[in-house]
Amino acid sequence: MATIASLKQGQRGIIKEFSVDVVPLKLLEMGCLPGNEVALVQTAPFQDPMYLTVNGAHLAIRKETAAQIEIEIIKQDLSTSPNI
Amino acid sequence: MAKQFNVALIGNPNTGKTSVFNRLTGLNQQVGNYPGITVEKKQGICRLDRGVKAHVLDLPGTYSLNASSLDENVVIELLLNKNDKDFPDVAVVVTDIENLKRNLLLFTQIKDLGIPTILVINMADRMKRKAITVDIAALELRLETKIALISSRENKGFEALKKLITNYKRLSVTPCLNASSIAPEYFDRLRKTFPNQDIYKLWLVITQDVNFGKLDRNQLKGVTSFKTESISNLKRLQQKETIKRYQFINQVLKETLLVDKENAKDLRGKLDRVLMHTFWGYVIFLGVLLLIFQAIFDWSSYPMDFIDSTFASLGEWAKNTLPAGDFTNLIAEGIIPGLGGIIIFIPQIAFLFFFISILEESGYMSRVVFLMDRVMRRFGLSGKSVVPLIAGTACAIPAIMATRNIENWKERLITILVTPFTTCSARLPVYLIIIALVIPDQRVLGIFSLQALTLMFMYLLGFGAAIISAWMLDKVLQIRSKTFFVIEMPNYKLPLFKNVGITVVEKTKSFVLGAGKIILAISIILWVLASYGPGDFNNAATIVQRENLETSISQNQLETKIAAFKLEHSYIGHAGKFIEPAVRPLGYDWKIGIALISSFAAREVFVGTLATIYSVGNDDVETIKNRMAAETNVKTGKPLFNFASGVSLLLFYAFAMQCMSTLAVVKRETNSWKWPLWQLIIMTAIAYITALGAYQWFK
Repeated sequence: MATIASLKQGQRGIIKEFSVDVVPLKLLEMGCLPGNEVALVQTAPFQDPMYLTVNGAHLAIRKETAAQIEIEIIKQDLSTSPNI
Repeated sequence: MAKQFNVALIGNPNTGKTSVFNRLTGLNQQVGNYPGITVEKKQGICRLDRGVKAHVLDLPGTYSLNASSLDENVVIELLLNKNDKDFPDVAVVVTDIENLKRNLLLFTQIKDLGIPTILVINMADRMKRKAITVDIAALELRLETKIALISSRENKGFEALKKLITNYKRLSVTPCLNASSIAPEYFDRLRKTFPNQDIYKLWLVITQDVNFGKLDRNQLKGVTSFKTESISNLKRLQQKETIKRYQFINQVLKETLLVDKENAKDLRGKLDRVLMHTFWGYVIFLGVLLLIFQAIFDWSSYPMDFIDSTFASLGEWAKNTLPAGDFTNLIAEGIIPGLGGIIIFIPQIAFLFFFISILEESGYMSRVVFLMDRVMRRFGLSGKSVVPLIAGTACAIPAIMATRNIENWKERLITILVTPFTTCSARLPVYLIIIALVIPDQRVLGIFSLQALTLMFMYLLGFGAAIISAWMLDKVLQIRSKTFFVIEMPNYKLPLFKNVGITVVEKTKSFVLGAGKIILAISIILWVLASYGPGDFNNAATIVQRENLETSISQNQLETKIAAFKLEHSYIGHAGKFIEPAVRPLGYDWKIGIALISSFAAREVFVGTLATIYSVGNDDVETIKNRMAAETNVKTGKPLFNFASGVSLLLFYAFAMQCMSTLAVVKRETNSWKWPLWQLIIMTAIAYITALGAYQWFK
């Protein structure tokens, strides 16, 4: 199961529904909404915190929060990402 | 003249709201606190056409009306209370063109409260660079509002904005979102129970407790019955509300806003890659820190020396010019040195806030928080603790107030508790004089001054103590609070000189007036306690003369002896003698004991107290230093200030909680006496034990 925490740098995904009990409302208000595209811009050492762009907003969240948000990773062109 | 009306400036953080406020009010503004809480309240007067004046209130930045911090709570409390004298006649919501989508969320919420609302789209100067086009007329139509497209950087669009504010009565108050659509059944029930209330307001009142704080809802009896919904259900509805609002906003912006990504220039990406690099990011941050410390401790020494000598000669002048007597003494020995003791810190405080405000305005501070979060978390702190810990090197009071944006209560509490360990500027004069006395003026490896290295070590010791105690508190404190951390990475901006200037002036002013009052009061009390006493004190001259009948000493020496005798028998002398047994194992005598007592009000009083005690006429450091160097230990006959007692004093001042103002701020921020009292007891115990250990070891 993919979450934001499993994104690699430059990778993008679509946010699935998430539970309000684990993800704070504030994150939603800052633009992190189900159905939106999220991309990992950069991480600090040890992949934590994670710097994301979502819905045009630039946010950083901790990995533990990122791991609570399920996403569907967008398969990229073979040319840019040979791993997939 | 028309009645003055209220304007509230509202907006997300980083939208340039404060610049808009500065432009609207000029320097015609005042900064205070909301009653009972230490949230900054900024208000000013804006002059509109035909002599009309508007009272402008700059509300704390917030992402939505669902408050999750003390600052945000202020916004909602005001907007839900029609009887508040500041309740806005018109709300001005400030947004940033580059983050319009997110910023509009708050706009729709404010508009739905039924308050006339103007939309300000700021940073229009960046549209070209970012290839953004916006159809203002269509947007006004869709949002049913009036829009001012402005640039606070280039001072454009403000005349139009002022015109909109003047004509606020023409604004539509139709809501953007039909609240019932969030949960029809629930809201119908709500409407039936409170037929005369605005249901969106009711909804906000009901949900506020879910996130934060308590509203005074006397006028809304019966609302509690609607909390039968479980909290997670209410949260789900809030989430639904947010999603609905975003759907509305997305639809509106689809028709009105165009961003041509191909032609947008991306400075952010390039800067981020360097400033947030996993290696170079830290190197750059270290460089920035070094620059700040260089400014605080090197550059500010010039104005500080000047202030010091000015006040010394001012005191001298007052003593020689005014008619002799108690009142003159109070002015020359109590008030003037007391004032000098406050004003001398202005250069350091101003430099510190100059840098902090540049770092914040430019957007770099968020990157530092990002870089440091992981490291700080290991010690139970947050990335956001970095700002308080840096600010603490000037003064713990603004530093503790800067902890407010830490979401997690445990991390915030630990930050508040350990910040006073960082070496604040009040410790500096104490360190300087002790180091000058007991550390030899030598060079290490031919270049580094041993005294400078010692000073640097004292700063590292302060940070070390803060970090280690944070780590221990993290293990000890049993507070379960949701770990949650989110920080916006704003765009990089060149700081506006005007904003930086106003911040520096405001922060410095609040330090001088806030901490300054206490320092001044202490200096006066100290002077009184040292100038009066019971019993023998009043016969000092006769007693000393009788004792010195046989010896032939000059008039000068006699006067010095009388002064010393007076001090020993003054009220404060008795106090010093009283605690002498407790401080003797640390290597101090009763005179240092007095300085310690007075330091519990504020550390920087130490040097001034010793100056008074050693009856040195002025505060000139060299003279006090010489006098201190000549002081001998009654028991051993050796100098009182030797290496052992010096190190012991340095350690005592490094760790002890000797600042009443800080304790008062901790009480306000934690809302209990429990934490400041623990802070006082534990820090002082650590100070006593390390000082004792050091003295006994080096003796």
